[in-house]
Amino acid sequence: MVWVSDIIQGILVGGLYALFACGLSLLFGVMKVVNLAHGDLAVVGAYIGIGVIAVTHMPFLWSIPVVCLLMAVLGYVLQRSLIQSALNRGELTTLIVTFGLSIVIENGLQQFFTANTRGIGVGSSLLTASFKLNSQIQIGWLPVIIFVAAVIVLLVLQYFLSASKYGRLIRAVADDREAALLSGVNARHVFGVAAAVAFATVGLAGVAYGMASTVTPFTGTQTILLFAFAAVVIGGLGSLWGTLLGGIVLGVAQEVGAQINISYEQLAGYVIFLAVLVLRPQGLTARRSQS
Amino acid sequence: MTITGESTLLPRVARRVTRSRRNVWWTGIVALVIVVVFAILPYQVYSGTTAILGQAFVILTLACMWNLLAGYAGLVSVGQQMFLGLGAYFVLIGAIHGIDPFVALPLAAIASGVAALPLWWLVSRLRTGYFAIGTWVLATAVALFVQQFQSIGGGSGMALPGLSSFGSTLLSAYTYWAGLVVTVLALGATYLLLRSRVGLVLTAIRDDEKAARSSGARVDLARMLVFVVAAVGCAAAGGVLAIQQLGVSPSSGGDFDVLWTAKMAFAVIIGGIGTIEGPIIGTIIYMVLQQTLQQYNEWYLIVLGVVAIAITLFARRGIWGLVDEHLGVRLFPVGYYLWPSGGRPVKKTAKQSG
Repeated sequence: MVWVSDIIQGILVGGLYALFACGLSLLFGVMKVVNLAHGDLAVVGAYIGIGVIAVTHMPFLWSIPVVCLLMAVLGYVLQRSLIQSALNRGELTTLIVTFGLSIVIENGLQQFFTANTRGIGVGSSLLTASFKLNSQIQIGWLPVIIFVAAVIVLLVLQYFLSASKYGRLIRAVADDREAALLSGVNARHVFGVAAAVAFATVGLAGVAYGMASTVTPFTGTQTILLFAFAAVVIGGLGSLWGTLLGGIVLGVAQEVGAQINISYEQLAGYVIFLAVLVLRPQGLTARRSQS
Repeated sequence: MTITGESTLLPRVARRVTRSRRNVWWTGIVALVIVVVFAILPYQVYSGTTAILGQAFVILTLACMWNLLAGYAGLVSVGQQMFLGLGAYFVLIGAIHGIDPFVALPLAAIASGVAALPLWWLVSRLRTGYFAIGTWVLATAVALFVQQFQSIGGGSGMALPGLSSFGSTLLSAYTYWAGLVVTVLALGATYLLLRSRVGLVLTAIRDDEKAARSSGARVDLARMLVFVVAAVGCAAAGGVLAIQQLGVSPSSGGDFDVLWTAKMAFAVIIGGIGTIEGPIIGTIIYMVLQQTLQQYNEWYLIVLGVVAIAITLFARRGIWGLVDEHLGVRLFPVGYYLWPSGGRPVKKTAKQSG
């Protein structure tokens, strides 16, 4: 029974990992940017949430739209300035620039907010609220809410990319930039919008992480970026639903690993990641990689 | 390619090909003098100075290796801390089994090079950006794996046995010399590697990977070689670090911290990526910043990061690139110059355009 409970917990955590991963996946899919600062930006989102709540005393739920909006603006600005000028100079440059950004953000957060762990208080009633499936399996409401939110975000993202006007523009620019430019599309603006959307999901993921757990300035590089990347690789590059599957596999592996021995938690996740890399480099969802 | 194109246009005169524009005998002699001066320093200065130079040796060795990876082979690895940590831990394992840490150091470097082969097999499936995070994940996995063994310190690290037999003065001098030897070997190996046939392939990859592939250059083999060489170099630096720190630590801020890769990368980028001289300049700047800003905690890393981003965007080839552009000086001649008889060199084959 304890295993069933672990698997359910793992699935629920997987939703959060998918939320982290979809921003990474989106930026790579649209502009071939592998954003090494992804995890740190999620932590920035969490800190914005903590700061906004501390200053305005607003209910924690209200902080979510504020964080998403601020992160979207940050994404647009960052894309139009740093990332775009790095993109113009080639792929290695974007890697170096985003890696530099990651280190600068991480150490900057440490200077201003110290290395203490912080969390977003959701109130003890929600943090401990749970329901029972049977006498042995107890599931917290907060992980369920985060999982549902992640699935909704993926659905909205899927709809946005496939059916909305901007989604079509984004896909057009991603598929063939020159052709899109010839048709009069302002590719830079479209890239900016895509980055804004990706950053909004990153911000949401950061806030969700801050609620479910705690963050330090180093959470971004030590866990979030690596988990997001592992979820992307396990699920298969360039597929949103593959990302959810990848997140779930990663989450289940971690929970089961932790059940065997608490020190195996993260290692188990990475072992699965490496196994997928060896046995099935195209990811679990059998689509051909789009890179 | 431009060489054959242009040489048909040139008048048919006797030509000669040299490695450098000027005679480089003097640079060799100067290099030798510098090494000798560094070698006798422990007799002349306080151990505080040699300790700082010891840090510089570690950074310079790491920077040389990262420069080979990212500057020539096009492999932006964010997981080099994996080999730094492996080198440190192999020295520890040797020391636990009674091997003198200074003897264990070269063995640890070789063992890490062997370990690099299966690790390369894993990450070579990933391209550019995914390679970067893939190496990072692998480094984290290796660090977590190492922590599972309590006999080598588990999650909390361990002091290095076998150093207590040295007196403190002798130990700091030996540590310094070990760092110096590793650094000279790293620079020498980089220089010789780039002058070899593999170096030609690497320079071709640096300038245009597709063209290199289509000309039949064995790109993947050259990349694997660089990955292994960089593993050996980073492991040697890690071994030196373990001796300097008198122990190993697997946790945040320890031997497996990604900040090590940040430091080596920043030194390379600021100094000049894709040149041998760049890492030297970058290490000097790194050390100066670190020493002047050290009372402000990690601010030197923030400053280095911002400078590295700015240089990547606005002066791609770093500070040495600017020097080379304006003065045409090479301390380590790895390209070729083509001279028409008696005239000025017309073309360098290893053209370093951005």
